[in-house]
Amino acid sequence: MVSRIEVGLKDASLDGRGIRVLKQLREDLKITSVSSVYTVSAYTIDGELNEAELKNLSENVFCDSVVERYTCGEPLLKDKSFTFAIEIGFRPGVTDNVGTTSKEAIEDVLKRKLKGSAYTSTQYYFYGKISEGEAKEIAEKLLSNPLIERSTIISGEKWDSKKGFPLAVPKVMLKHEPKVEEVKILEKTQSELGKLSVERCLALSNEEWNAIKGHFGKEDIQNERKQHTLSKNPTDVEIECIAQTWSEHCKHKIFNAKITYEENGKKEEINSLFDTYIRASTEEIGKKVDWLVSVFSDNAGIIKFNKDCNVAFKVETHNAPSALDPYGGALTGIVGVNRDVLGAGMGARFIFNTDVFCFAPPNFAGELPKGVLHPKRIFEGVRRGVEHGGNKTGVPTVNGCIVFDERYLGRPLVYCGTGGTIPAKINGKPSEKKEVKEGYLAVMVGGRIGKDGIHGATFSSMQMDEHSPATAVQIGDPITQRKMYDFLLEARDAGLYSAITDNGAGGLSSSLGEMAQLSGGCEIDLEKAPLKYPGLDPWEILLSEAQERMSVAVEPEKSGAFLKLAKERSVEATVVGKFTSSGFFHVKYDGKTAAFLNMEFLHNGLPQMKLEAKWGERSEKEPKLTQPTNLESELLSLLSSYDICSKEYVVRQYDHEVGGGSCVKPLSGAQNDGPSDAGVVRPILSSQEGLVISNGICPRYSDFDTYDMASCAFDEAVRNAVCTGADPSRIAILDNFCWPDPVKGEKTPDGEYKLAQLVRACKALYDCSLAYSVPCISGKDSMKNDFWSGGKKISILPTLLFSALGYIADVSKAVTIDFKGEGESIYLLGMTRDELGGSEYFSLRKIEWGKAPKVNAREFALAYAKLHEAMQKGIISSAHDCSDGGLAVAAAESAFAGEIGAQIDLRKLPYEGEKRNDFLLFSESAGRIIISVKKGKEAEFEEIMRESSFAKIGKTTNKEKLIITGIEGKEILNAELGKLKEAWKKTLDW
Amino acid sequence: MEKKPKIAVLAGFGINCEIETKYAFELAGAQARIVHLADLLSKKDSLSNYHCMAIPGGFSFGDDISSGRAYGNKLKYSLWDEMQGFIRQGKLIIGICNGFQILVKVGLLPNTGGKYAQEATLYANASGKFGDRWVCLKEEEKSKCIFTKGISKIYLPVRHGEGRFMARDGEVMRRLEENGQIALRYCSQSGEIATEYPANPNGSQEGIAGVCDRTGKVFGLMPHPECHIFPENHPRFARGESAESQMGIHIFRNAVKHIQKELL
Repeated sequence: MVSRIEVGLKDASLDGRGIRVLKQLREDLKITSVSSVYTVSAYTIDGELNEAELKNLSENVFCDSVVERYTCGEPLLKDKSFTFAIEIGFRPGVTDNVGTTSKEAIEDVLKRKLKGSAYTSTQYYFYGKISEGEAKEIAEKLLSNPLIERSTIISGEKWDSKKGFPLAVPKVMLKHEPKVEEVKILEKTQSELGKLSVERCLALSNEEWNAIKGHFGKEDIQNERKQHTLSKNPTDVEIECIAQTWSEHCKHKIFNAKITYEENGKKEEINSLFDTYIRASTEEIGKKVDWLVSVFSDNAGIIKFNKDCNVAFKVETHNAPSALDPYGGALTGIVGVNRDVLGAGMGARFIFNTDVFCFAPPNFAGELPKGVLHPKRIFEGVRRGVEHGGNKTGVPTVNGCIVFDERYLGRPLVYCGTGGTIPAKINGKPSEKKEVKEGYLAVMVGGRIGKDGIHGATFSSMQMDEHSPATAVQIGDPITQRKMYDFLLEARDAGLYSAITDNGAGGLSSSLGEMAQLSGGCEIDLEKAPLKYPGLDPWEILLSEAQERMSVAVEPEKSGAFLKLAKERSVEATVVGKFTSSGFFHVKYDGKTAAFLNMEFLHNGLPQMKLEAKWGERSEKEPKLTQPTNLESELLSLLSSYDICSKEYVVRQYDHEVGGGSCVKPLSGAQNDGPSDAGVVRPILSSQEGLVISNGICPRYSDFDTYDMASCAFDEAVRNAVCTGADPSRIAILDNFCWPDPVKGEKTPDGEYKLAQLVRACKALYDCSLAYSVPCISGKDSMKNDFWSGGKKISILPTLLFSALGYIADVSKAVTIDFKGEGESIYLLGMTRDELGGSEYFSLRKIEWGKAPKVNAREFALAYAKLHEAMQKGIISSAHDCSDGGLAVAAAESAFAGEIGAQIDLRKLPYEGEKRNDFLLFSESAGRIIISVKKGKEAEFEEIMRESSFAKIGKTTNKEKLIITGIEGKEILNAELGKLKEAWKKTLDW
Repeated sequence: MEKKPKIAVLAGFGINCEIETKYAFELAGAQARIVHLADLLSKKDSLSNYHCMAIPGGFSFGDDISSGRAYGNKLKYSLWDEMQGFIRQGKLIIGICNGFQILVKVGLLPNTGGKYAQEATLYANASGKFGDRWVCLKEEEKSKCIFTKGISKIYLPVRHGEGRFMARDGEVMRRLEENGQIALRYCSQSGEIATEYPANPNGSQEGIAGVCDRTGKVFGLMPHPECHIFPENHPRFARGESAESQMGIHIFRNAVKHIQKELL
């Protein structure tokens, strides 16, 4: 029996959801004829319920009787006066979090189990004049995403006030008999294998096929297989498992490739970018510092925080899923990276999140390529996904930024990061060490397995009906995950498991495969894995990327206690196999072997890629650059630009204080609304020690030289942390590469150049890392960020995000960006040059020319160390990095955030290059910090800084104005702080 | 040595402020313990072991259906008698943010009529958005609330999407005022009751931010007192603006003092 309860507000004026839709209709779809929108929440319950029970549930679960009304079995709206009604519900197999809670709440009230499930949908009733075409447009472009949601449209005229919307039960039903199939590869030709690779989405190259064929062709391998009643050919389980293990995502083939790099006719061999640059610099630094605990080997990098506590940090990307469904993609991104931290060492407790997004401008008015969502919709969806993922998990978002460029139209970049703490020792053992021995049980914990995330790309070519599961995109479930997280930390402290890792890409194949390397093998019984619905093939169970799952290794004598605690915490935990020392990844289904793979071959049999990279400098003619007459209006435009403007709209919707350790928040200043350079959080409440979190990203410099792009991003991350009080000798960093495909091929004729860009970025990373003595402790690469539509390709800018994790001994010494009082001296640290290539100022004027800023890391590192010394002495009043928009923007921000005026003289500025007021104001030279020093402490400050390039450039004033004297000695800018702040705040004041 | 009050800080099912709430109670001199709701439901632990129950903030069950509803129903349908006994003994209950939503949805607050019927709600913010911002609060002069005694003005963060206090009707509102059940109101910097956004961050009626029951011993509030227990929690600490008197710690100290005086 299927019943439906509908709930809506008594007073329509409280209907925030309806009001928001109305606003979006007007602003985004330009539909102005709708006068109001009323919304109804519908709960469809599949289960035997009598009338009294339904009434009980309506009153005690679904309807908030103070403000809402409800109906059971008939529509809430009987009056046909609306023009159109649209109902949006999920497609089968899509995570319905409210539905899950509804089922549990029903069972709590009725005190019995419900056989079926509960499903939610939302109904929107539109009043005013709209056509059927417009109703369709609203359903598709605003209210639903057809990949995961269905929509039903009914006009007011045709409305049946007894029945309302037809009852829909999106239950997954697969009429499929699961089986293991042989994949005949041994007899196939190269081109047939290529075809197979495409059909099955295996992404295996010719060389990789040869390695696989070679392996399966071996006589001893064939004898082993015979013993397990396997044919000579691999099974589908085996081939999928190999392809997944060898994927770019898991093996980082490009970063580990042998590359011939050519620059100015000179050739150089690079055997693995990762080993040569990233690992090498960290190892070098590791010889000198004692706080690296676990780098590159685990799900997250781990460093020492203090003698009792370590910190794990990881940033992930979730770009492709966020392009398809921004909300689900971003939500899965943030809860996914949480699991990386939960799977680091023996499992860390979440302390902070940090998010960085790259979007096309939200006011994009050009023609959208087919298959691309409008950037504003992507922005909003991603924002909301991260909001729900972070807030509902209870992790504060302490820092982040958003970058805008049209080249992110096809692929937005969604970087989600999480840091967590872990006691240095747990039950007497170092917490970074995982232990898996023969006989330990393999246990899967958390959510169930469905077709989620299996070869997302094959989805579009599949035959669909109303009961086919939507698999291309997933929606995270923060509460199922939070329950699992609470349980696992409890189990960790009780010593109930000995190793843990997350189920992300590659599902069980990857998580159990990784842990099996510690014992030397495993044996999995796939039929034991709990499924969301029957009908999955064994290879799908092994590879499914269904969310909210962790895998752990449990000693047999502890399994009883582990499973009991899981049950008490309402968390599903299932023994799916055991670890062995057989040397084989052994998978069974219903007792029969489905995969028997040599571990050595599986993990080390992948042939190394060989690639060519060729660097060539750009050479453009210098355009004619006129000097603007009104510099104030240039500054106002810069402050209003998407990259620079206030992100308060986003920041306030992210909880940035949960946990109680919040010190420097994303917003600071006299009105709590200035832009902080970094976040400071106290991870252990009883200690004054803190963590400083910042980011550096400047993809636009990639148009010039990715070496400069990478070094500027590195410098920006470090500088932001130092500005806020981080000890420069205790900063670790994460690298996160998002690149367009750099492998030369038919579709990528410029692959050699793009690969050279990658090489140069890695060289910069190496140089900066050593010069600053800031090691990379973990990273991620996403190498295929191209979008094809109608034969045209949109590639992202080569983008490298550095996320810094610093240490501050005493959080009370943290410094913020806002000027604090009048009459203080303003200093600028660092040299300004005419480096405006890729700057906000040139971008605004559409000038694609110039020099990107250069980083002199050794010089900057010394200056930062000295600045930190001054901060420890308590003589620094404020510090703010000069980056996007240059000195003028930084000075304006420090001034309006502090509500303190400033008078600056450009003649005092240490400067090299073509002397022009606009260049001095808006140059983005790296390594610069605008500082205000406490009264009477100038001499002390100057003495500390004497070895670095700096100058006193002005003073703070009691006038609420920013006044700047130009190189000719004349006043070139005199702006009210209120006006500057308004320009900065209005752009994203949604 | 003075005996320490025992506090059960509830956790589980999406509650997520248990650690800082526990810490705030400890800082105030109590002995606090994080208790998973499942352990109370399964009788592994009992409320009778504690003098005060704190339901911290979070997103129990993801705020699905209506914030606090599903968690509250677990209390209402499986722990009701134990809770009634707890309240009858004059023990204390505090609900913060999600905890407040839970107490209101199950009728423990404000309970002006004494029948534990839902008399009010905390509905979606008038802004339509989740909001994290700091707000000024002042104690209602004639409030009976034992938690807010002696607090003239405090400064705390709010972090919620559903915090708009609305009474069922004028009668409930009248009794709230009459019984001294309004504990805290959002106010402007100069101390006037805030009715406008953002000083009133969610559109609450009469600027109501926290209410207590008729005894003053069951208390709930939307802002987070456990998140202003250090000077550096203050958003302008670097400007030298933090002040001890405006910290949330006083709410926990009041609870500890009351228990020491009346229950130990």
